[in-house]
Amino acid sequence: MTLSAAEFGARQHAGGKALPEGRMVIDPESGGDLLEVSMGPHHPSTHGVFRMDVALDGERIVRLKPVFGYLHRNHEKLGEEHSYLASMPYTDRLDYICSLTNNWAYALAVEKLVGQEVPERAEYLRLIVGELTRMQNHILSVGFLIQDMGASGTPLMYGFREREKILDLFEALTGSRMMCNYMRFGGCRVDATPEWLDGVRKVVAGMPAFADEFERLLCTNEILMARTQGVGVLRPELAVSAGVTGPALRASGVNYDIRKVDRYGIYDRFDFKVPLGEHGDVYDRFMIRLLELRQSIRILEQALKDVPGGPVMDPKAKIRNFRPKPGEAYGRIEAPKGELGFYLISDGTGNPYRYRVRPPSFVNLTVLEDMCLGYSVADVVLILGSIDIVLGEVDR
Amino acid sequence: MKTVEEIKAAIEAAVPSASVEIVQNPAPSAQHSLLLKAETAVAVAKFLRDDAELALDFLSNVTGVDWPDKEITEKVKVTKMVTKTVEGTEQQVEETVEETRKRVEPGYLEVVYHLYSMTKKHGPVVFRMRTGNRADDVKLPSMTPVWRSAEYQEREVFDLYGVEFVGHPDLRRILMWEGFKDHPMRRDYVEPDDFEYEPTAHDEVLKRAQAHQAAAAAAAEGQKGAAQ
Amino acid sequence: MAVDEQLKIEMGKQGVFVTTLQELYNWGRRSSIWPMNFGLACCAIEMIATTMARYDLARFGAEVFRPSPRQADMMIISGTVTKKMAPQVVRLYNQMAEPRYVIAMGACAISGGPFKQGYNVLKGIDRYIPVDVHIPGCPPRPEALLEAFMTLQKKIDAQPLTGEARPRHLDEQAPGEFPVPEQGAHDLEPPANKSVWTVPVVIR
Repeated sequence: MTLSAAEFGARQHAGGKALPEGRMVIDPESGGDLLEVSMGPHHPSTHGVFRMDVALDGERIVRLKPVFGYLHRNHEKLGEEHSYLASMPYTDRLDYICSLTNNWAYALAVEKLVGQEVPERAEYLRLIVGELTRMQNHILSVGFLIQDMGASGTPLMYGFREREKILDLFEALTGSRMMCNYMRFGGCRVDATPEWLDGVRKVVAGMPAFADEFERLLCTNEILMARTQGVGVLRPELAVSAGVTGPALRASGVNYDIRKVDRYGIYDRFDFKVPLGEHGDVYDRFMIRLLELRQSIRILEQALKDVPGGPVMDPKAKIRNFRPKPGEAYGRIEAPKGELGFYLISDGTGNPYRYRVRPPSFVNLTVLEDMCLGYSVADVVLILGSIDIVLGEVDR
Repeated sequence: MKTVEEIKAAIEAAVPSASVEIVQNPAPSAQHSLLLKAETAVAVAKFLRDDAELALDFLSNVTGVDWPDKEITEKVKVTKMVTKTVEGTEQQVEETVEETRKRVEPGYLEVVYHLYSMTKKHGPVVFRMRTGNRADDVKLPSMTPVWRSAEYQEREVFDLYGVEFVGHPDLRRILMWEGFKDHPMRRDYVEPDDFEYEPTAHDEVLKRAQAHQAAAAAAAEGQKGAAQ
Repeated sequence: MAVDEQLKIEMGKQGVFVTTLQELYNWGRRSSIWPMNFGLACCAIEMIATTMARYDLARFGAEVFRPSPRQADMMIISGTVTKKMAPQVVRLYNQMAEPRYVIAMGACAISGGPFKQGYNVLKGIDRYIPVDVHIPGCPPRPEALLEAFMTLQKKIDAQPLTGEARPRHLDEQAPGEFPVPEQGAHDLEPPANKSVWTVPVVIR
C-alpha cells in the first residue's frame, strides 16, 4: 500500500500536530480503532536519536511520521561562522561513520568554487581512503541491520572486527580513528608512506575471504530471507521522484551511481560494475551492500597496483587567506549512503555566505512512510535499518 | 546538455506566461541559474520534469538563502541651481555637488533548487525563486507535488528561514521543536545567551562570552542601584 | 572497620578469607555495572566499538547493554546533547533506579565541544544531571571509555555505606528526581538546574 507522488500531493497529515514525546494514545479521529505510538527518540533500533510517530491498527502500520532534530547541531550555521578550511573538521562529524567521504565532498565543492586542480597522487589517495570508507560503512550497516533483526552479536562483531583493521589504517594515515580531517582544497593533508600502502594491500587482500564468510553466514539464512524478502518494497518511480540515492536507489533497479555519472576524481580509469537490485525490498538493499563491497575491493585492487609519486598538495593551492571570488558551486560525490552534496555561496570574504549540506540519509527518509505502510512494527525496524541512516547527517 | 540560455528559450516556448531571468555565476564552476517567478514556477517545474529532452526527474537539493536588507551608501552627483554673489550681483548659477545618500535595498529570502536527470544522466540545472520581502510576503509555491524529494527539504527551509510553501502537504517545523518562535538560519537571528561559563574561550566564543559578561555586569549594577 | 591489608593476605594463605560488608557490597556493585543502550552521536559508535571483541567491555562486567532505563545502572552520554534532546535525557535519567551513574563521554557531552556555539546545542549535560566521570576527546578512544569505567569502579569501591559521603541510594534526603527542562519559545527553560550546576568562578 504505497502512494504515488501524485496521490501524495492530495494527502494531508492527520491533525497536523506531532504526538507528545514518549506517549501512546488512542487516536480520537479513528473512533478508537487506532493506537498512536511514539517510537523513539530513545529506541535501541533507531540508530541514534530518531523518532517516529506511528499509528497502528493492531500490529499494522497505517501512518508513520518521522520526527527529526534531536541531533540538530547547527552544522550549517557554524559553517557560515567559520572560514572555509575551519569547516573541514566539522564535515567529519556529519556522517560520523564515513568521515573521509564527507571530507572529499566538501573539498570537491570548494575546488569547484575556486577552480582548483588536484595532483595525481592525491587523487589516488582520495580514492583509496574513499573506497576503504565505503567498505567499512557497508560492513557496519549490514551488521546493524542484522542486529536490529534480533541476531544480537555475531554478524556485528564480525563486522567490527574487519572495521577495526580499516580504522587502524585511517589512524596510521591521518592520526584519528574516526574524525580523519584528511583532505584539503587541492590535495590531501599528509602523504602516505610505502608501508601504509602495503598495509592497505594486506587488508584488501584479506577482504574477499571476509566477504565469503559474511555471505556464507547470512545470504541464504532462512530467518533472514523470511524476514526481509518482500518487505519494505520501494518502487523505482517513487524512488526517483523522492530523490532516493545510493544503495537504496540501486536496490530498486535504477542505475544511477555518481561515480559513473559524474566521473569525479579518477573513477573513470577503473573497471567496476554497479550492482542493481530487482525487487527493491529489504533483502535487495542488504545484498546490494555486500555486492558493492566486492566492487570496492575490485577498485582498490586496481588502484593499489601502481600509485604514482609526486606531491599530495597542489603547490599553487592557496592555503592562507583563502577568499574565493563571489559565486557559487554545488559539488557532489557518491558517498556510501547516497549523494552527498555541498552547496556554497561565496561573497568574496573568508567565510562562505551560505554553506548547505545535501545529506543523503535525510532525503532517503522521505519514503520511509511509503515503505512501511501495511507492514508490522517489527518490520519498520528492518526497513529503517535497510535505508542506512546516520543521525549526524539527517539532523546536521 | 542544453545551456541555460537554451533552457530559458525552451521554457518560454512551452510556458508563454513565464518570464525567466538568468542569474550569472562568475565562479569557475559556471553553474548559472534560472530565476523563476512565483506565479508560473510550478508550471515551469512540471515542464522541466516532463520535457523529453531535459527529463529532470531528480530534484537533488533545496537550499534556503537569506539576503537581509542592505543599506547602501553611495555618492551621487547632483546638479543644483544656487544663488551666488558674483562680482557684486546676485545671479543663479548651476553647480554640481557631491552628495552622500543612503538608501535601503530591500532584502528577500531565496530558495535554490538543484535538478539532475537520472534517465539522461545530466545536470545540474539550477533554478531559484525569491520572496517579496523577509517579513510578511514570504509565500512561494511548493515543489513537493512535482518532486517528492522537496518534502522534507522544504520543511527545513520553512523551519530555519521562515519561507511559507503554498501547496506543501505537511508544512510543520522539522528540526526545531514545536513552539519555537525564531528562524535560526536567518542572518539577524539572536541566539540565546548561555555563555556564562567559558574557561578557555577564543574567537567567536570569546566575543560572545565578553558580551555576556558585559550584560551580566550591567544587570548586577542595575540591581545594586535598585537596592540603594 | 577496615581489615588490615597484611593480615588479610596472611589469613588468605591459611585459607581464611576476611572482608568487610562494605567491601563485599561495593565489589558486587562495581562488578556488574550495566550501561543503558543509549547512543546520541559520534561517540556512540566508539561506545559500540568498546563492547566489541577487540576492546571487550565484558572484562569489566559491563557488557550487558539494557534498552530500558529501569534495568540499567549507568548512562553513557555518548554525544552531543541538543536542546531538543535534553528533556528526554533528563527524563531517562529520572526513570533509572538508584544506584545510578553517569559518564559524560566526549567533548560535546561535557561542554558542547566543537558545536558549543550552536543555537540548539546544550553546553554540557551537567547543567541538568549530576555526572560522575567526564572523558575528554572527540570522540574519546575506546581505551578512554575503559579508563572511565575503571575510574567509576574505583569511585564505587571507595564509597562508604554510612556517613556524609554515602551513595545517594542510601541517603533518604537525596533528590531522586531532577526537574525536566521545558522547551520554550527561544531556549530551554530554565537554562540550567541551579541545584545541580552552579556557574564556576573563572579567575582571569
